[in-house]
Amino acid sequence: MSEKFSVEIISPDKSIIKTNAIEVIIPSYEGEMGILKDHIPLITFLRPGFVRIKSEIDKEFFVEDGTVEFAENNLLILTSTAKDLSEMKKSSIDSIITEAEKKISGDNITDKEKYLLSYKIDTLKKIN
Amino acid sequence: MPSLDDLKKRIKSVKSTQKITKAMKMVAAAKLRKAQENAEKGRPYSQKMQNIILNLTKSINDINNAPKLLVGTGEDKIHLCVVLTADRGLCGGFNTNICKLAKINFKKILKEGKKLKIITVGSKGLDQIKREYGKYIVKKFSFKEKKQISFDEAEIIGNEIIKLFNDKEFDKCILFYNNFKNVITQIPQAQQIIPAESKIEENKEENFLSYEFEPDEDEILEDLLPKNISTQVFKAFLENAASEQGSRMTAMDNATRNAGELVDKLTINYNRSRQASITKELIEIISGAESL
Repeated sequence: MSEKFSVEIISPDKSIIKTNAIEVIIPSYEGEMGILKDHIPLITFLRPGFVRIKSEIDKEFFVEDGTVEFAENNLLILTSTAKDLSEMKKSSIDSIITEAEKKISGDNITDKEKYLLSYKIDTLKKIN
Repeated sequence: MPSLDDLKKRIKSVKSTQKITKAMKMVAAAKLRKAQENAEKGRPYSQKMQNIILNLTKSINDINNAPKLLVGTGEDKIHLCVVLTADRGLCGGFNTNICKLAKINFKKILKEGKKLKIITVGSKGLDQIKREYGKYIVKKFSFKEKKQISFDEAEIIGNEIIKLFNDKEFDKCILFYNNFKNVITQIPQAQQIIPAESKIEENKEENFLSYEFEPDEDEILEDLLPKNISTQVFKAFLENAASEQGSRMTAMDNATRNAGELVDKLTINYNRSRQASITKELIEIISGAESL
């Protein structure tokens, strides 16, 4: 199919997925962003959220941070925190949420960290 | 001429040494496969990261306002050298090669009248460097307890480097590690990470893409550059781990072979002297019988 472009998610220790997709939705720092084929070259970074890869089989990943580059119909997502949503256990999600909630209610926290943490909690709660 | 008993003991001891080196070789070979895989898997991340930064660098117009991590402090007085070595010995020239390269650089830096600061990672490097350059060491790390080094450890060191940089403790940062080429060749390397070495190739200019940035370049760079430091440290870790196992494997293979040769030589010696003593006894018996 010609409307497809290649997607690659790489973490520091391995390449998590390399596939073709029709559309990829990424949680960019300033809002969710859908990427289709022939998007203009783009560099941005991520806030906590879901990366959704739409193809014959849809795939979803939870990411906390990362960098995205799109150039010449290659989407590259560099992240150290990507987790396949179907492989995440409910108990571990809950423990991450409580930890994040503890951090957000702490005193010494910058606005930026607060912003990122609140997104993290929101997205994780959506899974349940 | 050592006695028969002595020779026997020596043969036995060499044989047991051989057993140990053989076992170490096997273990190293098994670990090597994993370490090599990890190193190869880790390469794309750091490469792509450098690519993105390179692209970003090209689109910066105002070089004076660019982040300091990228362009440096503008001075070249204090050099920070991060020397990555192993925590264990018995791996051939692995640790020595890194230290040798590092020491050559130290000498050069001091000769030029610049200030030197050293961070060592891994206890073996520390042992070799502290004899001559002990007073320059500002920080030492060792992850001896860790079975496998993960990104977290690299981040600890990355953050330390960035902290020192923000405190204006140094102007230039160089990483020393072994680059894993293949099982028998590991090349000690010095890589400059701050300021980021920008190798802008002329012929690539045609492929230059004008990127859309969200948020703007400066903000992305500010987020990306510290991450890049940790990534480069992590890459060095992975390369080092693979090199260490490769180097150990070859060293232990050589040791096993040497031990084998030694055993052969000693066995010949042993047999000869046994033969000699038998002959001597025979002569004694015969001459005793003749004199009767």
